[in-house]
Amino acid sequence: MKFSTALSPHVQPVNSVTRVMFEVIVALVPGVIALVWFFGLGVLINVVLAVITALMAESLVLLVRGRPVWVSLKDLSAVVTAVLLAISLPAIAPWWVTVTGILFAIVIAKHLYGGLGYNPFNPAMVGYVFLLVSFPLPMTSWPAVAGLGTMTLNFQDIAQLIFFERIPENADYDALTMATPLDALKTQLSLQKTVLEAQSGAVFGYLAGKGWEWVSLAYLLGGLWLMVRKIINWHIPVGLILGISVISGICYLIDAQLYAPPVFHLFAGATMLGAFFIATDPVTAATTVKGRLIYGMMIGVLVYIIRVWGGYPDAVAFSVLLANLAAPALDYFTKPRVFGHRA
Amino acid sequence: MLNLARFHGGLHLPNNKELSNQAPLRQASIPKKLVYPLMQRQGVTVDPKIQVGERVLRGQVIAYSDHPLATPVHAASSGVIEAIEERLIPHPSGMADLCIVIATDGLDESLVTQGVADFRSQDPASIRTAIKNAGIVGLGGAAFPTSIKLNPGPQRKLDTLLLNGAECEPYITCDDCLMQNQPESVLVGAQILLHSLHIERCIVAIEDHMKRAYARLTQVVAALNDPRIIVVQVPAIYPTGGEKQLIKVVTGKETPSGGIPADIGVLCVNVGTASAVYDAVCNGKPLTERVITVTGRGVKEPQNRYVRIGTPISELIEQCGGYTEHVERLIMGGPMMGFALPDDEIAVVKATNCILAGTAADINTGKQAMPCIRCGDCAKACPVDLLPQQLYWHSRAGNLDKCKEFSLFDCIECGCCEVVCPSHIPLVQYYRSAKSKVIAKAKEAEKAAVAKRRHDMHLERKAKEQAEKAERARLKKEALAKVKQANAEKEGVTQ
Ligand code: SF4
Ligand code: SF4
Repeated sequence: MKFSTALSPHVQPVNSVTRVMFEVIVALVPGVIALVWFFGLGVLINVVLAVITALMAESLVLLVRGRPVWVSLKDLSAVVTAVLLAISLPAIAPWWVTVTGILFAIVIAKHLYGGLGYNPFNPAMVGYVFLLVSFPLPMTSWPAVAGLGTMTLNFQDIAQLIFFERIPENADYDALTMATPLDALKTQLSLQKTVLEAQSGAVFGYLAGKGWEWVSLAYLLGGLWLMVRKIINWHIPVGLILGISVISGICYLIDAQLYAPPVFHLFAGATMLGAFFIATDPVTAATTVKGRLIYGMMIGVLVYIIRVWGGYPDAVAFSVLLANLAAPALDYFTKPRVFGHRA
Repeated sequence: MLNLARFHGGLHLPNNKELSNQAPLRQASIPKKLVYPLMQRQGVTVDPKIQVGERVLRGQVIAYSDHPLATPVHAASSGVIEAIEERLIPHPSGMADLCIVIATDGLDESLVTQGVADFRSQDPASIRTAIKNAGIVGLGGAAFPTSIKLNPGPQRKLDTLLLNGAECEPYITCDDCLMQNQPESVLVGAQILLHSLHIERCIVAIEDHMKRAYARLTQVVAALNDPRIIVVQVPAIYPTGGEKQLIKVVTGKETPSGGIPADIGVLCVNVGTASAVYDAVCNGKPLTERVITVTGRGVKEPQNRYVRIGTPISELIEQCGGYTEHVERLIMGGPMMGFALPDDEIAVVKATNCILAGTAADINTGKQAMPCIRCGDCAKACPVDLLPQQLYWHSRAGNLDKCKEFSLFDCIECGCCEVVCPSHIPLVQYYRSAKSKVIAKAKEAEKAAVAKRRHDMHLERKAKEQAEKAERARLKKEALAKVKQANAEKEGVTQ
């Protein structure tokens, strides 16, 4: 009898890119729910808009590049990029902000560099930074956390805001939006207040700000689940958390009036999202064990430096992009000792 | 007890061993034909010592060569040499080569042979000779001549004999089965090896799921009352059965890159090999059969059998109930490192430990490869601590120097990286082709060096010849001049 041949190994692969991406999306669900809870249904509109735009952009680029479309769409990497960017945007960002950001992320940051696996920078973060420097106003206008605003918005109001930038009657823009805890802290400190005085403000909750701390906890939960599922390794998140804790801890010890405690920096802003979902993007991170630890710590330290002394209140996106630059070098200098070779 | 170490990476694979480790070990019947390739390994070929038409007996040497890495081939049953012709041989490339074909006569007449009553009376050299003459090679799959392994040279001091029973490839159970059924021959084989090597320690390593083999082995060790031998169970992590990995696990020592286990005092031998040594020394029996696992969901009655070397696989499968309708691929060896056979008329060789008939559900039928997402899972799984992704990158780019820098030749082609790769990249193929490119390049460089040397020598010779010619001419000229001068002087005198 004749048989067709193939080269070893002959066992079925145990994993697939689609599965990895799918599990990342699943792990984001608690975070998205928390965001919706505190910032309204605009979050969902952003996500849907982003995903549709991303899939269309991806298909179009693949067609132009003459690549098989379905195979790449199926890997879900574009969806992950879309969701990550969408949940980083203010929940009432105008639709064109989302669309432009996604187009920039998929077309420029991903495909101009060769597509999945070849892009040196995290596409979602490139998109985010592009938006932040181009359209600072809509990018920093977060809706007020539920319960803190002077008015509640229904779905229609939100849709009107997002698609027509139409503010509901008898409301003004300032009443709808609110400074984020990181913003608020920065402003207060610049007004010569102490951290403690600043934290007595309404936006600050138990850990790091009303709403925000719950969103962070939800991301943490999803991230831990990803670790249990072995989709991500512990090195980058732990490195990042360690980095931010150590530097913020030192500063806090030096002057608690001037520097917020570590727990604030861990649960404010996008720290948890960054630690478990953004810095862990395999394509753009370091790949060796030691390299990943350093990579994570580097991001943690950068986040703190930019938050405290830089010009932007949150800094995860910038820090990740800067660390992306260092990833190849980190890999090069942290090669493991090969079996049977002398140390 | 022994403290076990562990190596980096490796995989827990679904092992499917229950398919074949339940049925009793049986003798396979004499096949109609026996087929023996003359090529034993790359660059080692044996010469036929028989004529077509000649009748041979079981145990008779039918092919042999003086090459140091060659081992004699013995007929596994009596019969008539039918042909010496080209046939497909078990080789990853699916190549054909010259084979001796015996038409068996069913009488199974043997040459009369005799072992030694007490191996302890033998000196190491004569034991080695007996092992060499019996045609014994490593039965774990590498088929390296055992007698050579037993003589590592005076500069290497051995202290440990390691019997490798850690059958880590999924599906394969032939060693497990042998240890369950013939623990005595394995352990006495170990004693013979200890005796011939003058060493005092033997570790028999088996995987921790081989409960029955463990019980039988420890029982026999106790009965033999030999404190030199201990049996240890090692965790079932693929590729624990790899020689260097197993040595690391049981001794904590790493075989240096490019070196052999003897460099760190260890001799590692497969349990089946030890059993063959026993048969050769104590019973005078050459290696003409071995235990082979016939398994997979593509064969009706998976089991282990004593099979005569040279048996065509088709006959073996028939004895195991034939194929199921779902059979998709025929693999010699395990699913991780074995190679797919194009045809079941190919015969088993000494290194054949398993014939795996896989169904589409069990085997990798080729998934679409996606771009590498640099997830690093491959590096996490690599038992050699390589960076498979970098190796892939550089081998794909044809950057051979970089491949060497990333230790390409330390890759044992275990396939762990490829199995875990979420992008389904055929990584091992890239490494194989990069390795062969490096080797081809080295050969070419060597050839070029030889040619250059030849050319240089030619030039030198030519220059030398020319110089000699010039010298001769000069001498001649001088001589002539002298004569002339003498003549002139003479004339001067006469004037
Ligand atoms: S496992 Fe595959 S996708 Fe992941 S880094 Fe290795 S080669 Fe790339
Ligand atoms: S095949 Fe080579 S590179 Fe891949 S895991 Fe095995 S040793 Fe490492």
